[in-house]
Amino acid sequence: MNPSEIVPLSRELDIDALLDDRSIKVIVCCGSGGVGKTTTAAALGLRAADRGRDVVVLTIDPARRLAQSLGLTELDNDPRPVAGVTGEGSLSAMMLDMKRTFDEFVESNADPVRAATILANPFYLSLSSSFAGTQEYMAMEKLGQLRARAEADGSWDLIVVDTPPSRSALDFLDAPRRLGSFLDGRFIRLLAAPAKAGGRAYFRVLSAGFGMFTSVLSKVIGGQVLLDVQTFVGAVDTLFGGFRQRADDTYAMLQAADTAFVVVAAPERDALREASYFVERLEAEAMPLAGLVLNRVQTTTLPDLDVGTANAAAARLESGSRTPVTAALLRIHADRVATLERQKRLAERFTAAHRGVPVATVPSLAGDVVDLAGLREVGRSMAVTT
Amino acid sequence: MPTTRTGDSTEPAVRTPDWGGVRLHVVSGKGGTGKTTVAASLALALATGGRRVLVVEVEGRQGLSQIFDVAPLPYAERRVAVAPGGGEVFALAIDPEEALIEYLEMFYNLRRAGNALRRMGAIDFATTVAPGVRDVLLTGKCKEAVRRKKDGVHVYDAVIMDAPPTGRIARFLNVNTEVAGLARTGPIRSQADSVMEVIASPLTAVHLVTLLEEMPVQETADGVDNLLAAGLPVGGIVVNQVRRPLLSAASQSKARKGKLDMAAIEADLARVDVLTPSGALAGSHGMVLAGEVAHALAAEAADHSERLALEQRERDNLQELHRPTYEIPLRPDGVDVGTLYELAELLRGQGMA
Repeated sequence: MNPSEIVPLSRELDIDALLDDRSIKVIVCCGSGGVGKTTTAAALGLRAADRGRDVVVLTIDPARRLAQSLGLTELDNDPRPVAGVTGEGSLSAMMLDMKRTFDEFVESNADPVRAATILANPFYLSLSSSFAGTQEYMAMEKLGQLRARAEADGSWDLIVVDTPPSRSALDFLDAPRRLGSFLDGRFIRLLAAPAKAGGRAYFRVLSAGFGMFTSVLSKVIGGQVLLDVQTFVGAVDTLFGGFRQRADDTYAMLQAADTAFVVVAAPERDALREASYFVERLEAEAMPLAGLVLNRVQTTTLPDLDVGTANAAAARLESGSRTPVTAALLRIHADRVATLERQKRLAERFTAAHRGVPVATVPSLAGDVVDLAGLREVGRSMAVTT
Repeated sequence: MPTTRTGDSTEPAVRTPDWGGVRLHVVSGKGGTGKTTVAASLALALATGGRRVLVVEVEGRQGLSQIFDVAPLPYAERRVAVAPGGGEVFALAIDPEEALIEYLEMFYNLRRAGNALRRMGAIDFATTVAPGVRDVLLTGKCKEAVRRKKDGVHVYDAVIMDAPPTGRIARFLNVNTEVAGLARTGPIRSQADSVMEVIASPLTAVHLVTLLEEMPVQETADGVDNLLAAGLPVGGIVVNQVRRPLLSAASQSKARKGKLDMAAIEADLARVDVLTPSGALAGSHGMVLAGEVAHALAAEAADHSERLALEQRERDNLQELHRPTYEIPLRPDGVDVGTLYELAELLRGQGMA
């Protein structure tokens, strides 16, 4: 039985039509942490490849065995072919190495001497490994690279992107620009080279407060840090054409018609709330939303036996001198239907608020997805339409 | 629904709490495992019997106000629940920007300059870009609540932090190392040092929440390693959403092999009127036949048993970590404020509080 018969949803997301649409070049899988984004991205990629497309999947932080199933054994910043695709298409996969992507970005944009200065800068080391937002920025950067390569040599005609694990799905959209704004912003420019930041008059107006703040800041975080930041910004300033500009460019790319967003959620309150925020944001920004993939949906082949009846019958069987296995079977069924009903209520709340958003469901599986066969099964169940 | 106790059934119902000397409970876990639910339940458990507990949120998601079903939390301590025996639970959502301004005010009397600094992007810079500063502010606020005294007694008997996920927890808490390359002297440095005096001491326990699934268990194992490597005190492991084992081991095995006695199941179902005398599901107007009902139930039992077997494998993996482990049952109906009190009792019964 198709789960959508149990969770009636506004409209079904036709996964195969999405994957077969050759005008779509990029599919971005977004959602809060722990909802099965990576598995969804990998399953979409494999299904697209099985249907004849040349696909590359960019994963961020896959589970070990899922990574192994894609032939990824370590952080590897270049796509590797995945064996086992049926038909004419092909599948490659890679895991994002955030630090290396940043390093390569520096190396390819600066002369060797300057690159070496930047790579050794302590502020750069913190920024490239721990700043909240660097992972998102670098995922975008990598997506841009893959896209450029796809256009140049035709290696792929579809890029499927997993997004970094974060509590908020919106981080993927906002973090790169936030980082771009910091690095390109007024404040950091004031720090780096006061005279350049919008002219001397501006600086004079702010200088009293600003001078006080830099003195406090250097007390609080140390003068050395300010010096590191100044050196860093001075070194990158002329090279990158502006971090913010770059972030704006990738953002614009995500607004193009050849991109499709797939929002991933589990039928839980928090995950669906995040999905709602994200859908509203995409709508507000006119970003192309393909639909919602709802993972781990509970199903039953016996919807006519309700929770109350099953529990009452179990209680009667349990009241005898010897409790038969049947009582346990009824309790298992009751728990299952209760879970399903709760999920259904949550899903209905989402679809009531977002009527136009098509939804595909993936039934809850008994085991983990650890190989291509498992990914194919996820892809198949996602694509089932009634 | 009857309350089901999980966990080691040979334990007494109530025992001496395992974390008696601990005043700061840090609750971490992989995303989606129910960190906030566990933090809230633990707060109620620790408050039971008349104690005052503060639960702190550091990621600005307003998860606590949602779970306690109260209005969004400001940057101020608010009472969000009472516990049996006169206990009180307070909650605080820390905003790093507010915390920085508060901090600047405390040390430099700079509150009025706060807005100007904010407009310049300086506050953003200090709390977001300058690595480590934000974490020092967040952990510093928790430390302050742990240490705070009024009339010579601690204001809070315990503080619980709904912390960042397992993948980031060791780095987040280890503020000392984080700011080491940054500030060698000065107030942030001393702030970091005094935070570490609490966090890296027996006053603190870092509990990790997991599900009995491969990835969360793997992350828990990695988390324990990272915490130990950083010299941070690893607390207990809270296993969330554990399925109640409704079938005996022998029946599970039969269910998985498809060897349940279908005739006996049909007879039982008929005996309690789930099936009609004419051999159909009651209320289905003869549309769902007895055989279909029995087979559907057996298939669901097979799924259930398959899941239990996987859970057992992950439970064995967790056992190898040699940490005190607490289990919270899966709630098919979901979690609301009432459930938190039940979960709190379960945690108390297992000795976590």
